[in-house]
Formats: sequence, structure tokens, C-alpha cells
Amino acid sequence: MEVAKVEHASRVYKIGKVETQALRDVSLSIDSGEFTALVGPSGSGKTTLLQLIGCLDQPTSGRVFINGKDVSTLNRNQRADVRRGAIGFVFQFFALIPTLTAYENVEMPLLLSGQLAADRRARVSQLLEAVDLAERAHHRPDQLSGGQQQRVAIARALSTNPALILADEPTANLDTPNGKQIMDIMARLNRETGVTFVFATHDPRVISYARRVVMLRDGRIVANDGNGMNGVEAVSGELAASVA
Amino acid sequence: MIQILKLAIRDLGRNRRRSFFSALALGAGVALLLLMASVIDGQYRGALDAAIRLQSGHIQVRAKSFDDDKASLAWEDLVENPTQVAAQIASLPPVLAATPRLYGSGIVASGDQSIGVRIVGVDPASVASAPYRDGVVGGAFVTADDREGIVIGQPLADKAGLKAGDSVQLLVNTSDGDVSEQRFVIRGIYTTHTPGFDEGTVFMPLAKAQAIAKAGDHASVIFVLLKDRDQTSAVVNAVQAGGLQVKTWEQMNSVSLQTEQLSRSYMALLYLIVLGITATVIVNTLIMAVFERTREIGILSAIGMKARSVMAMFFAESAVLAVGGIAMGLVIGGLLVAYASRVGFFIGDVGVTGMLIGDRIYAHLTPRDAVTLVVTAFVVTLLAALYPALLAARMEPVQALRGAE
Repeated sequence: MEVAKVEHASRVYKIGKVETQALRDVSLSIDSGEFTALVGPSGSGKTTLLQLIGCLDQPTSGRVFINGKDVSTLNRNQRADVRRGAIGFVFQFFALIPTLTAYENVEMPLLLSGQLAADRRARVSQLLEAVDLAERAHHRPDQLSGGQQQRVAIARALSTNPALILADEPTANLDTPNGKQIMDIMARLNRETGVTFVFATHDPRVISYARRVVMLRDGRIVANDGNGMNGVEAVSGELAASVA
Repeated sequence: MIQILKLAIRDLGRNRRRSFFSALALGAGVALLLLMASVIDGQYRGALDAAIRLQSGHIQVRAKSFDDDKASLAWEDLVENPTQVAAQIASLPPVLAATPRLYGSGIVASGDQSIGVRIVGVDPASVASAPYRDGVVGGAFVTADDREGIVIGQPLADKAGLKAGDSVQLLVNTSDGDVSEQRFVIRGIYTTHTPGFDEGTVFMPLAKAQAIAKAGDHASVIFVLLKDRDQTSAVVNAVQAGGLQVKTWEQMNSVSLQTEQLSRSYMALLYLIVLGITATVIVNTLIMAVFERTREIGILSAIGMKARSVMAMFFAESAVLAVGGIAMGLVIGGLLVAYASRVGFFIGDVGVTGMLIGDRIYAHLTPRDAVTLVVTAFVVTLLAALYPALLAARMEPVQALRGAE
């Protein structure tokens, strides 16, 4: 089943009189349960593509579908509804609300979707257990390590049971052991719950976790390989070459 | 909503000093306005009380043709059998005192000075004469059978260099249009702490005033004080008598009441100006908060918070600042008002025409003024959040997230 689909999407940013083409005629389909990496050097369009799929932004041309629904023409509040119900986000900069505890951060999307207090309690506890942070539930972000904060962000992304989780460079600000732990958790949750993960990265160690790799360069998809590790390795090699 | 309020309180707690001073700015505005409202109310209340107590009473019964401005002593302009009329009115339960008074005009001559005065013939023993009798600061008040004594106000005594026991020549207009002249002894000097009244009013016993003004046993008015001002209409209805006119304190002090109403309008304008200025502090605080928390606004939008909830978050912060500021204002303002209502402010002789202003103003805060101020301050502060809230709500999530990276 198709969770997300991008059809001939382009995105042009205009800063003053200067136009920057971040994406050029990109088409992509993401099926349920995928664990897909968007790879490419900086400026290749990975983040822009994630933002279009995540309804954070709208394409200049082309269309984006989430669970079969065209979201390209939705207004701001309608897109907020789609994000709240169908999409979870994990950002590079541990995007937690600093004044809320880990528990409250995970609870926030549930509050926004109007869930009952008892349901919220059960769900938040279950998710903090799943990311091994039950004992740090009442700590605020500044009392947690980077890796712990990112695990809270993963728990928050999963809280409303979304069909799709989008992670933008989730390990970029973490050291190797913490980065590995985050990827292990994401891979495990993908296996156990079937939730679809799409993550942007240019770290070859992170790419090695992906079962499908989509490579971008200059706003275009230049490789789209879902053929297992061989394909991944081939693309990783190309990435390494492009980065070098 | 509770969650948004909790978030607002925590967000304000991030920069406690800034939040405190923002609330304090509002508090200072509220305290200042509370004091001003109470002082202005106290001034008008004091002026009206003084006018009723000293000059108009709650009700005056007069001859139909009596004109307050002319203070005519012609018999047709005076009340016949005033003692009898006063006794009838005094028998009504709501009436505290009803006493005849005769008003005349004259000149006090002492040495080479001649000063125009209003001469009031009063029953010295009446409760209505208490404000002058109890205000004697030198000598004693006149008695009913005194035929040579007068009591003058302290400002007049100071101006003419007179003291109790001194003699003065008094020229008084009479009912037949002539002038009577007699030497009087100043029995006492009084003060009601109302310079505008004290400097021009001379008291003598009613019988002597009637005699010197050739008014027979007539009086200018029956001066009536009530136990409760709210009973005025009931007493007016009860004392309506043929051939006499009845004036209420409202009719006799219309200038004072109109000025009070006008000043209330100015006060409302002042509320908006002062609170508008304090609101700019709140706007500034919230705009800074919006810019500092751009990334968080982006995060909250990304996880599905709608624009109206983002707005609600900033309105909640404004509401918390408003509650804190108003609470501070009520405490600071309450202390200032408590001081000003007990000790008052000495203003001396202000000399406003048509009003009797005391030499000291005592603050008086009405619940209505306090509630109006609190509600206005709250609404103005909430309105101050409108622009920052719109600024936050209109942020595109992508730009908000990108702006923070």
C-alpha cells in the first residue's frame, strides 16, 4: 500500500530576485513499511523532498499524495491536520520543546489530537519504554543527552500512530554510539510495528540500515534502488565518491 | 487549554526577569490609575459632601420666587412662618435636621479694608450648624440670643488681620433695598477646611440676621439634611407645599455633578492612554518571545498545532502577564490608595468656581472604578498580544524550522 507519493514535484525558492531550484521534476512512491534513505550531498534536495512529503511545504509544481490524498493544494490548517494524524517527524536538532519534560513532549501530539488523559498516559508510557527512557520521563531536554533527546523525539513522532515517520539527518548531531543506537531503535520499530521510515542522510553508516536508497543530486533523483544491500552499497559508493 | 496555559507559564518562566518587569510595568500603570481614579473620585465626593453639608443641604424649601443667585430679601421672596414649616419637615422620619436660614450680602469693614461677604443667619444649636460650630478654631460660636456677635472664617480673619474679640463694622443689605450698619464683635473664627466657603461666609444668629436685614420672621430657605441621601425623592414628595419650591441637592449642585461626569470621561481616556503605553511593553516582550522561539513554533506546527492554537499560546502568555501585572498593581495601588484615603493630599485653596474644594483631598476608591480598571487593563493587555500572536501563527513551519538552524 502506498503511504506517500510525489508526482513531478518541483520546488523553487525565491530570495529577493534570486530563484533557487531545490527540486526538479521529482517523482517518488513510498510504500507502507519501507525503511528508506534519501541520500545525497548538501543542497541536493533531500530536506526539501522530506518537507514536501511531510506537508511542511508545498511544491511549486507537481503533486504530493499522503495515503492517497492530494495534499498539494491544502491550506495551512488542513496540512496541520494531515501532519498531526499521518506523519511523525524527527529532526536533526533534537527538536523538543525545552520547557516540557520528556513525558510532556511525547504527550503533546496526543493533546493536539484531543486524546483522553488515560489513553495519553498509557501511550506515552509505552513509547518511553520502547525507546528505553521510562526512567527519564520527567526530565527536561536540558537534563538529557543528545541521544536521549533524539529518542524522545522518536517516541513523540510515533505517539499518534502515524503511517509515516520522516527523519531529517537524525544522527547528524550525535556521536557514533548514539547514532547507532538511534538507527537501531528506528530499524527495530520499523520491523516490529511496520511503521514506514523515510530518513535523509549523507552518512554511509546510516545508509547501511536502509532497505531502499533514493539518491538525489542538484534537486533530481539520480538513483532509486530498492534491491537490497548490493544496490545500497552501489549507491553508497557513488555517494562516497560524490562527497569526496 | 490547561496545557496551553501551563506552556505559557513555563515560557514566561524562561526569562523571569523580563516577564517580571513586563508585568511590573502593567502593575505600575494599574497602581497609578487606581490612585488617580480614587483621588479624582475622592475630590468630587469631597466637594459634593462639602457643598451639601455647608451650603445646599440635601433639600431646600424656598419661596416660589426665590432666586438663589440674587439672594433677594424682599418679603415675597422669603418663606413665611419658617419655624413652623421647618418643624413640620423635621417631623418626617428620614429628616436629620430642618432649620430656617436667612441669606444676605454685606461688607465687613475693618480699618481701611472692606471685604464683601455672604451673611448667613442660622440656628446655632441646629445639627445643620455643626460643621461651622465644630470648626471653631478661636473664640466660640455665636448663641441664638447674641445680638452683637458674628463668626467669620479663618481665611477672612487672616486676610483682614482679625481675631476673636475684635470689632468690625458690618454693612448689610436689607429687605427694603436699604443698607443697615452695625458694629459687631467677632465671637469666633471657624474653618471647614474649604477655603472657597470660609473666606466669604459670615454667620450670625437667625434672629439677629432677620432683624438687621429687616426680614421680620421670614427666612430665605428651610435647610434640610437627611439621614440618607437616597431618601431625597421620598422627602421631596412629602414636603411639596403650596406656594413653596423644593430644590434637591442634585439640582443645587448640578455644576459639580456635571464636572464629575466630564472628569469620568477624561478618566476613561486616561485609562486607555496609560494602559496603551504599558501594553507596548507587553507587545515588545511577546515579540521578542516570538523571535526567540521561532524554532519551537516551527516544531509545534510540524507536529500538528494549528495556527489558532499558536495564537492561543501567546494570548495565554499575555493573560498570565496581565493577571500578574494587575495583581501587582492592585497591591501597590491598594497601599497608595489606603495612604491617600487616610492621610490625603494637602492642596490648599484651589478656588474652583461653582465647587467647594477642601484644602485636603482624600482618595476614595469605589468598587466600580476598581472593577472597570481591572477589566480594561486585562482587555488592553490581551489586545496587546494580537500582533505577536498573529506574527507567530502566520509563520510557515518550514521557514520557522529553517530560521532556527
